[in-house]
Amino acid sequence: MKFLVYIETDSGDVVASSWEALGAALSLGDDVEAVVIGDKISVVVEETVKRGAQKVYVIEDETRALFDLERHLADVKNVLDMSGADAFLASHTGNGRDLAAALGADKGAGVIADALELSVDGDKLKGVRGIYSGNILVDVTVDGAPQIATLRPRAFAAAEDAGASADVVLVDPAAADSPYEVLGVERAETGEVSLTEASIIVSGGRGVAKDPELGFDLIRELAGLLGAAVGASRAAVDAGFISYEHQVGQTGKVVRPDLYIAAGISGAVQHLAGMGASKVIVAINKDPEAPIFSVANYGVAGDLFQVIPALSEAVRAKLGK
Amino acid sequence: MRYLVCIKQTPDTAELPKITPEEAASGKLSVNLVVNPWDELAIEAGLKLMETYGGVTGAITVGDEGAIDALRSALAMGCKDATLVENADADVFGVATLLAAAVKKDGDVGVVVTGQMTVDGNTGALPVILARKLGWPVLTSVAKIVDLNDDGITVERSVGQARLTVKAPLPAVVSVNKEIGEPRYPTFINIRKAARVKVPTLTAADLGVDAPTPVVHMDNFRKPPARDAKVQLFEGSPQEAAAALVDALLAEKVL
Repeated sequence: MKFLVYIETDSGDVVASSWEALGAALSLGDDVEAVVIGDKISVVVEETVKRGAQKVYVIEDETRALFDLERHLADVKNVLDMSGADAFLASHTGNGRDLAAALGADKGAGVIADALELSVDGDKLKGVRGIYSGNILVDVTVDGAPQIATLRPRAFAAAEDAGASADVVLVDPAAADSPYEVLGVERAETGEVSLTEASIIVSGGRGVAKDPELGFDLIRELAGLLGAAVGASRAAVDAGFISYEHQVGQTGKVVRPDLYIAAGISGAVQHLAGMGASKVIVAINKDPEAPIFSVANYGVAGDLFQVIPALSEAVRAKLGK
Repeated sequence: MRYLVCIKQTPDTAELPKITPEEAASGKLSVNLVVNPWDELAIEAGLKLMETYGGVTGAITVGDEGAIDALRSALAMGCKDATLVENADADVFGVATLLAAAVKKDGDVGVVVTGQMTVDGNTGALPVILARKLGWPVLTSVAKIVDLNDDGITVERSVGQARLTVKAPLPAVVSVNKEIGEPRYPTFINIRKAARVKVPTLTAADLGVDAPTPVVHMDNFRKPPARDAKVQLFEGSPQEAAAALVDALLAEKVL
């Protein structure tokens, strides 16, 4: 099976989970090509070559600096024709999700969306994915060509720099009129770690209520020391303690870090739907009966206003930070 | 202008863990079914469009007869009409095919609103597939509708770590997230009125399309492996507990 992997860029930077899609393809076959679309992407192209794609198709154009469904889709269709790939893989980011769905719709092909595992079965891809918010797992196959799958961020090992070489093919941008006009771009503060890409997350919940500002300051301090992202439960978001983009759970983000520290979070099923796949879960809660302890590996039954600063202190002492 | 909100009836999120593999495989669920929480946000967005820019907001779903309950919830929240497209077997591509046919039949729809994803299928693909089938632009992950006029719709989208202000011409498909605003509670009088509405039901044949053939196939329904977690509690002063916890996390190699 020949793969084409979509390497997502944003204003010239790679979206890191793209390397996981490349890693998945390389683990399934030795006929792996990649497509990089964006502007000022020479560094990303070089990285894609080094990480083992055999051929890298490059569409570099000012109009591609930001993801544009119409333009990027037209480019991908062009490259699929040139490559003749049997399978198309992308990371299940918001843009990857949209691109794969549009490609499937246009080609009359199904999509294995948000796959947790992927294998090749004859001339078909076979994925494992969660339905009912991860409460049921299923094997999924799809009809149509190409075989299309999007991969859950952090569920697959990233392709590493192997010092490999590859053909680089420069492709003209497809002539596609976009209906979208971007009027403004606002970005998160630099240094803020993305929840879906984070290997460590420190989250706060209702337990910060007696002083929400201080509570999240303490959580941010610990997150800063650990290079972690800051998360929150729905209760904390709905109470206005922190903004929605930090929400983890059913109506927020689904995450799978190596370490998830839940501070003052009771552990409602809707929260577990968002973080239940974390490798190690730490619960810090005043109530030793809180349901979060039933999914946690480690716990401290205590007040987060005391335990979190103590953790920061211990991290400074033991990690020399 | 006409706004059409696409909704789905899905399990109450509190009951999702109770669903068995057998139920999931057959689609016959014993749990309580409600409006998909993301679609409640879509209804709210649709109602706000009607209130802010004028026009009429309707709701539509694809499902079995039981899904009429979800449409009644939409009516009780304030949607002016509701339509059921009867089909219980379609995958997300089939649902999009049926909805696209229904939108075209509806006539002068300016904005189709959907939730960002469903809590059962979890693909988030519907708004995009629907838009491609209609040949319309699609704005996903919309946090705020900034403006709507004959020229188009302007929204704020949450994409990755960025917030984009984007304009697209009408008609368009929009999928919304939680920042769109808290869904309103249905009023008592609207619940009473909604209970009496006769909800029109359409089939694929009524819409002039073939019943869609699935392109996504699911098999081997199972529960995910249980978390192998017997919690280890650290006691003593906060400092003692924190120090022991950090040692344990270092030993796990997650710090």
